[in-house]
Amino acid sequence: MSAPLVALGDTEAGSGVRPPARRRRLRQLTTRDRVVLGVMIAIPTLIQAVFVWIPTLASIGLSFAKWDGLALSSIQGNGITNYRFVFAESPQFWPAVLHNVAWLAFLAVIGTPLGLLLAVLLDQKIRGTRIYQTIFFMPVMLSLALIGIIWELVYSQDNGLLNYLLGTSGTSRAVDWFGNSSVNLWAALVAATWRHAGYIMILYLAGLKGVDPSLREAASLDGAGARQTFFRVVFPAMAPTNVIIVVITVIESLRAFDIVYVINHGTNGLELLSVLVVQYLVGETQVIGIGSAFAVVLLVISLVPIVLYLSRTFSTKER
Amino acid sequence: MTSTTSTATAARPKDGVRDSAVARSRSKRGGNFWATYLFLTVMAVIWLIPLLWAVYTSLRPKADTDKYGYFSIAGHFDLGNYLQAWTQGGFLNYFGNSVLITIPTVILTLLFASMMAFAVSRFSWRFNVTLLIMFTAGNLLPPQVLATPLFEMFKLVQLPYWLSDSGTMLNQLFSVVAANTAFQIGFCTFVLSNYMKAIPIELSEAARVDGAGVWTQYWGIIMPLTRPALAALGTLEVIFIYNDYFWPLILIQSGNRLPITTAINNLQGEFLSNYNLLAAGAVITVIPTLVIYLALQRQFIAGLTLGANKG
Repeated sequence: MSAPLVALGDTEAGSGVRPPARRRRLRQLTTRDRVVLGVMIAIPTLIQAVFVWIPTLASIGLSFAKWDGLALSSIQGNGITNYRFVFAESPQFWPAVLHNVAWLAFLAVIGTPLGLLLAVLLDQKIRGTRIYQTIFFMPVMLSLALIGIIWELVYSQDNGLLNYLLGTSGTSRAVDWFGNSSVNLWAALVAATWRHAGYIMILYLAGLKGVDPSLREAASLDGAGARQTFFRVVFPAMAPTNVIIVVITVIESLRAFDIVYVINHGTNGLELLSVLVVQYLVGETQVIGIGSAFAVVLLVISLVPIVLYLSRTFSTKER
Repeated sequence: MTSTTSTATAARPKDGVRDSAVARSRSKRGGNFWATYLFLTVMAVIWLIPLLWAVYTSLRPKADTDKYGYFSIAGHFDLGNYLQAWTQGGFLNYFGNSVLITIPTVILTLLFASMMAFAVSRFSWRFNVTLLIMFTAGNLLPPQVLATPLFEMFKLVQLPYWLSDSGTMLNQLFSVVAANTAFQIGFCTFVLSNYMKAIPIELSEAARVDGAGVWTQYWGIIMPLTRPALAALGTLEVIFIYNDYFWPLILIQSGNRLPITTAINNLQGEFLSNYNLLAAGAVITVIPTLVIYLALQRQFIAGLTLGANKG
């Protein structure tokens, strides 16, 4: 699924559980062992190279070219023409950027804090905490495509649950939540938050369990209230988890695709950068160069959280 | 509680001040306590509504909802929508495709990722950290970034017809397996290498002294010890791949070769204006994940948070 495939980065475990010197050097190996090890490294690396790294580089290359996607020989370089189109002429580009920003803002301001709140409440000694956790976590198991369908039943103009609850069903005031371009982005975001909050909750529950209990005791002995203890002591102590949550939230808002594609193929108010890439790929006329230029814009933006995450994870590892 | 406190205060007037302070703090905690429950329960109900609404709608015949409206309790309940959706929607075929994609992908991903993780975490060689970083980075990219060249590449590859009836890598289930495997290897390598690092190096040393080669160390010693992580990751990956919508959308052109998650799109068109059928279809699609979730919840969550608490 296009769910965020990020696990909690393990800065703690990575920070030289074994100092490199204690790991085996290749010199000590026999020739046969070296060959075996070489094959074990080569196969996954080759798969990564062929299916991930080379296509990514090819996206960059094709973004400076003109190609109809037929024969390789028909690829022609055309400089920055594609980018000029993307930034200056494409009517969908800036709306898509705006929607991606709105996506991020909504998850960052509502989805993620809600997940944190649920985690903090459920981390207390509460009866039935497992049942609550199971309920909040349930949507995380569902694909975003399916979530789009399930919420369609809630949002539908004539037969949706929401309009019944608002008492507007059947009247002219009934809103078509997924169809009306002034509300459908927010409707989709509510559905996405349904899933996102549970995901964040489970990650923060793990993070909270990792906080040394003596920190809380010390804080309450010093007379700190519950709120103070959380914001001044517990939350900063979860720094590694917080970084991952930030990265997940950013990457998830860049990866958003499935749900809008299921709703209406990402049109009419639901344009996103990821959708624009696909539109130029599956459309009637394949304009590979322009699709690739959109892909490169998405790549460059994505590299910001990725580099942040990797530098944090792997620099502590090397120390 | 209030009455006991007041009698206590009456009995021991000297301690009155302190007692009432305790009572106040206690009742305050009580207030928070109930507010927490209230909030959680309201949220839980809101969280359940979309799913319960789908289940409720799916159990009602179309004739009844047409007559009474969807927002009603009149009429009767049966499984008619499920039967109709199942036969009309071709679910068996879609589920079959999902299985044919999911199982090979998860096995291959865990196999290759564990080999790489073993090599990275148990031996030190020049580019091991660099490669691990590249693997992890690849997994974090939005798949759309590399979808176009991958599609064109699959289109250009010429395959014999006994291997692929399209003559290329397009419209083949194994291409979806390849794309998914490549995308998941990075994540699994990262998680497994963290896990394997925590296994004492002395175990490998002892095996080496006994004459065990690299493969024996990997398959005979490290892999059995990594079993908990593999189980957790395996569960997680089954859900991830089953839920993958994007790669089949791009790589598969024939509708009857789609896995269920991507085929949902078609159902929406097919069952248009029949929300009862659509709801039944959605519930049918949820069932496999829900079964896995309820049976293997612990594994799944362990997979998601693996690394946070170090295995």
